[in-house]
Amino acid sequence: MKPVMPERHYLNDNYGIRSWLFTKDHKRIAILYLFSVTFFFLIGGVFASLIRLHLLTPNGELFEADTYNKLFTMHGVNMVFFFLIPSVPAVLGNFLMPIMVGTKDLAFPKINLLSWYLYMAGGTFSMAAMVSGGVDSGWTFYAPLSSGYLKTHVIMLAVGVIIAGFSSIFTGLNFIVTVHRMRAPGMTWGRLPLFVWSNYAASLIMILGTPVIAITLILLALERGFHIGIFDPKLGGDPVLFQHMFWFYSHPAVYIMILPGMGVISEIVPCFSRKRIFGYSFVAFSSIAIAVFGFVVWAHHMFVAGISVYSALVFSLLSYAVAIPSAVKVFNWTATMYKGSIEMSTPMLYAMAFIGLFTIGGLTGLFLAALGLDVHIHDTYFVIAHFHYVMVGGMVTAYLGGLHFWWPKMTGKMYPEPPAKLAALITFIGFNLTFFPQFILGYMGMPRRYWAYPPEFQVLNVLSSAGASILAVGFILPLLYFAWSLKYGEVAGDNPWHATGLEWETSSPPPTHNFHHMPIVTKEPYAYGEGEEVPVVH
Amino acid sequence: MQLNFPIFPEQASSVAGQVDALYLFLVLIATFFSLLVAILILFFAIKYRRTPERKAEQIHGSTLLEIVWTVIPLGISMVIFVWGAVLYYHMERPPQNALEIYGVGKQWMWKFQHPGGQREINALHVPTGRPVKVTMISQDVIHSFFVPAFRIKQDVLPNRYVFTWFTATQPGTYHLFCSQYCGTKHSGMVGEVVAMNPDDYATWLASGKAEGSLASLGEKAFQQYGCTTCHRPDSGARGPNLEGLYGRPVRLTDNRVVLADDNYIRESILEPNAKVVSGFQSIMPTFRGVVSEDEIIAITEYIKHLAPQEANPLNNRSAPTQIRDSEVPNIQRQNEQQQKTEQGKKPANPAGKKP
Ligand code: HEC
Ligand code: HEM
Ligand SMILES: [Cu+2]
Ligand SMILES: [Cu+2]
Repeated sequence: MKPVMPERHYLNDNYGIRSWLFTKDHKRIAILYLFSVTFFFLIGGVFASLIRLHLLTPNGELFEADTYNKLFTMHGVNMVFFFLIPSVPAVLGNFLMPIMVGTKDLAFPKINLLSWYLYMAGGTFSMAAMVSGGVDSGWTFYAPLSSGYLKTHVIMLAVGVIIAGFSSIFTGLNFIVTVHRMRAPGMTWGRLPLFVWSNYAASLIMILGTPVIAITLILLALERGFHIGIFDPKLGGDPVLFQHMFWFYSHPAVYIMILPGMGVISEIVPCFSRKRIFGYSFVAFSSIAIAVFGFVVWAHHMFVAGISVYSALVFSLLSYAVAIPSAVKVFNWTATMYKGSIEMSTPMLYAMAFIGLFTIGGLTGLFLAALGLDVHIHDTYFVIAHFHYVMVGGMVTAYLGGLHFWWPKMTGKMYPEPPAKLAALITFIGFNLTFFPQFILGYMGMPRRYWAYPPEFQVLNVLSSAGASILAVGFILPLLYFAWSLKYGEVAGDNPWHATGLEWETSSPPPTHNFHHMPIVTKEPYAYGEGEEVPVVH
Repeated sequence: MQLNFPIFPEQASSVAGQVDALYLFLVLIATFFSLLVAILILFFAIKYRRTPERKAEQIHGSTLLEIVWTVIPLGISMVIFVWGAVLYYHMERPPQNALEIYGVGKQWMWKFQHPGGQREINALHVPTGRPVKVTMISQDVIHSFFVPAFRIKQDVLPNRYVFTWFTATQPGTYHLFCSQYCGTKHSGMVGEVVAMNPDDYATWLASGKAEGSLASLGEKAFQQYGCTTCHRPDSGARGPNLEGLYGRPVRLTDNRVVLADDNYIRESILEPNAKVVSGFQSIMPTFRGVVSEDEIIAITEYIKHLAPQEANPLNNRSAPTQIRDSEVPNIQRQNEQQQKTEQGKKPANPAGKKP
């Protein structure tokens, strides 16, 4: 029997622009976020393409140096603050967290809407900074350069980032309260899906870490605007202090970016292996361990910044501690596939790509945490390659995997499988071609943020740029077939993947209040294989 | 476009080989684990692919395995940590006999000063086979001194001296990059390090247009800025006698004792009221914006040369700062403590133990 679309669901409950702009439904807010993060991703992507285009030749022929500096700044800011940080939590998390714990909405629906408005307000400031001439501070805003030397709209951009920060604080708050207070009967902590655990861990970081970046940038703005000496030695400040404060947030922030992605993988792998997750509690607690340890490694970004030898030793040691829980996760995902019944659908392809690429990203983190070696590779393309392996190879891949996985739930429609598989493959190839050469480039000594470079680095740069054009195709394809599927896609049915989890027990798309009958949970999570019949291939 | 490209930079310093060895070890580890994971997931995906007959075998987990794959990575990490730490410790401790060169970074150029008074811009000539210590400061924003062929890098801060050291092993010309983003022409803040045989180096030094040694340049500046009006060896001077100051403990009005190193002297010139010498009025004007960083380096070099340190025992400085012999061990202990707690690297003239 062919599935049919449910008659009433959250998408057709109400019509008109007001019903969207004033919605308190977490699912509609998720859709608002989906459009806005996609928008910022595309803008960030355009900047990235221009950067790669420029680097085809060594002598800086395409753009002026200042323009180039603005390009990488706006690329970083867009991608980090306006795409990666909100991507999985604010889109997939918003949509799924209440459903997964079995409730009607997040704890504070109005605050949830406020989060989106704050995010858009922050985005507006950053776009304003961009169109009114751009900013060239780098996404890291290092002082005293950004506080005392640059002539661009640094404060406007900083204000944008600060405001967007509040949006993630509120999202984190909402998630934490929801998980604590609103779980359905029978939904014990040990039965929470791992997606919930990892978003919970990320939320802890959001509410504890984000205020620090806000404070840091406010101090920066005070110094820039009113010459109050905090970071600039000419005014009596200390520039290394800025780095301590910035990384105190920004290192944990990399875990805001990756933890939710790990949660996505922990959902996809069991589903397409038809198996319980291997070592549930280890995967769950490793998220918390990452959140906690993540707060005590920040100075590994500063090994050559003039910190003392002894503090460098401590921070190097702690950095290895934070790598272990990530390794534990990788091994558990791999073990989950062991003796499974594996179907390589698109979400699973993304999950497998994630595991591989994240492993490389994490392992190269070990290179950077090794003191004597970091001296050489710090601030080179090696670092760029490392963090793109974790942030793009990891988080963006997870986000795309999750989007494919839950697309039928969110829209009621199936995306077309063949082009989706093709896109996953293209992305994987393009990604590696773009970023692998950068490891070599970095070890060869090419510094990051270089508008022009010595000619011997050209071959690797050309390879990287070629990869980027392939990667761009891989990213644009989903946009097309997702849009196509809204109209022409097959009706998905409630549970096209035969997955476990409360979100699959309600209709696709879910009704406004998520469930027709409020659920009571009686099973462990990932109770795959209990008297089920699974169709062989989609 | 050059078509043959190497994947390693040249090895031109004593630590380059050691850094590469650690790198190769890590490449090995990373390759092993990446391949392990990749092969396993591909193997599982194919071996256990879904067929009508296949049913997944439910396995909940294994505490033993969890322990194994926690402990093994932890063990390997600790090996990497220790290796990296030992290497770093070595790279952060310049040998005592190092040739001292001074560098100033500014938007967007590097300036270097040799003890003999030779100056260069965006180029640094060094001898091979001898440790060279480069002490640096920035005139504006943070820069970073990076020589890939030597595998060394050090951020150059605008508020205090930092240093790096190396022993060049191969004569040649190598890239010098600024690796900390510093504004418009960051990628133009590049230059070259020229490593030369000691003989060639001596020839180069002799051919340089030096107007006298760095110390003598400092002496000129010292007189030009009127430092001598207050800092004189006689007892009527309004400022402390600077002879024998360098490398000595100084007692301040608040009874703290600090070490007179490069940073202290620089601060005394730019921020005289921050640390006031015991027994003196804080009448010294600030020279911020008047004396350049280059000149401060020269003046410091001059003060270093004012009196050989061993010839000038601790208690032989002008009266107000006098410290009794009996206090010396006490002060040394305080100093050690201070150095430990002080954020930042060791002072410019550290004990220089080689690990
Ligand atoms: C108006 C007189 C005056 C002038 C001119 C002056 N100083 Fe001073 N200087 C002092 C006094 C008084 C002190 C001690 C109080 C203090 O630490 O501020 C001092 C302290 C110092 C110290 C720390 C000495 C110690 O024993 O610890 C240094 C170094 C120094 N001056 C260098 C200079 C240099 C270099 C110049 C020229 C650029 C200069 N001074 C010009 C009066 C002066
Ligand atoms: C697995 C454990 C990890 C370790 C041990 C690690 C280690 C490091 C170290 C030491 C640096 C500083 C390198 C330098 O500047 O010299 C660094 C940079 C960075 N890492 Fe990681 N990392 C890990 C995982 C991650 C993850 C998961 C992410 C993001 C999702 C991430 C994102 C970044 C970013 C963005 C930077 C560079 C920031 C910048 O300078 O602009 N890292 N990492
Ligand atoms: Cu970090
Ligand atoms: Cu620079």
